[in-house]
Amino acid sequence: MRPPAVYGSVLDLIGNTPLVDVSALSPNPKVRILVKLEGQNPGGSVKDRVALSMIEEAEKDGRLKPGQTLMEPTSGNTGIGMALVCKLKGYPLICVMPSNVSPERRQLLEVWGAEIVESPGNEGSNGAVRMAQRLAAENPDYCFLYQYANPANPKAHYEGTAPEILRDCPEITHFVAGLGTSGTLIGCGTFLKEHKPGVQVWAVEPPSGEMVDGLRNLDDGYIPPIFTDNNGFDLLDRKKVIGPRDSIEGVRLLRDVGVFAGVSTGAVATAAIRAAGEIDEGVIVFIAPDGGWKYLSSGAWTDSLDEVEERARRINYW
Amino acid sequence: MPVEVRLPTILRQHAGGQASVRANGETLQEVFDDLVRQFPGLAGQVVTEEGALHKFVNVYVNDDDVRYLDKLNTKLTGDEVVSILPAVAGG
Repeated sequence: MRPPAVYGSVLDLIGNTPLVDVSALSPNPKVRILVKLEGQNPGGSVKDRVALSMIEEAEKDGRLKPGQTLMEPTSGNTGIGMALVCKLKGYPLICVMPSNVSPERRQLLEVWGAEIVESPGNEGSNGAVRMAQRLAAENPDYCFLYQYANPANPKAHYEGTAPEILRDCPEITHFVAGLGTSGTLIGCGTFLKEHKPGVQVWAVEPPSGEMVDGLRNLDDGYIPPIFTDNNGFDLLDRKKVIGPRDSIEGVRLLRDVGVFAGVSTGAVATAAIRAAGEIDEGVIVFIAPDGGWKYLSSGAWTDSLDEVEERARRINYW
Repeated sequence: MPVEVRLPTILRQHAGGQASVRANGETLQEVFDDLVRQFPGLAGQVVTEEGALHKFVNVYVNDDDVRYLDKLNTKLTGDEVVSILPAVAGG
């Protein structure tokens, strides 16, 4: 269907992202690789879908009142997506974010007028979640949508991302995506397995656990309630961890096929390429959660691998 | 042949501050048993007293999460790198 000539709102641009064939990266001629470019969303990432879904669900069920302040823990993209939606809908937004995220994330939140509260960088997103839970308890007037446990998060993918994938690529055999809140994997994985049994769902773990050194003990670890509430352990077929260096190399490989993508996309691409080498034949669809714009300061495309890897251990790009 | 086991920051205190140690075993379970023999402080940290992987720990053999392989029965040949990472959030 031809898209409308004029959109009523920028929010109407969320979703319907393009799928691009990057099989030139496949080590196996019998395996096609396609990437879904979520950086094409107006706020620049896949999290625009989640932000709009969570806010509109909360408006519908009355949890969110006109003009009410929202508060959310985020390592960046969810906050940016929510800041865009909140700007257009007239809600103040407070984002709790690790202090060591890339400067572009902070700048983008400032563009949309969100207030930033810093959590300890060495505790990663786990620290941001803990601080946000405390702030929510102390400030009952805030609307706390809590992306890690909000069913509207996977629902955005169950009703949007995954049907788009199956519409555009009915021959899909493997779905590969990063694991953050687990919303993308749970929403897409559930839909794809319901509608095309046999599709394999592979998760990619960013190496955040390697970088987070501020946990007091292992019980400070965190598994998103979305994952456990939706039988995530049973839904996934495989999970791979991709380190910072391999992620940066993935970003550079994508550049060679004309895809300008963020560091976590580099990790997912690397996993998809390895998957192509491990299976006999098939069609792999992987998600590129955002574009490269927010990572220019990482030097991912310009500096030596050693320099970028060292930077990626200090600055949170995930 | 012993495999390399990479420890996260929070477990290094139990292994003399080392980030990477070596342990013997033909399965992951045997490697962890050997690890605890060498570093008794690691007992109960990665594998619980009930014999399961700790809820907030992810263990990888090379780049694969063992929960989606053969869990603690995952076989090792000695060429692998075992990485232990705490479960953390993203988003």
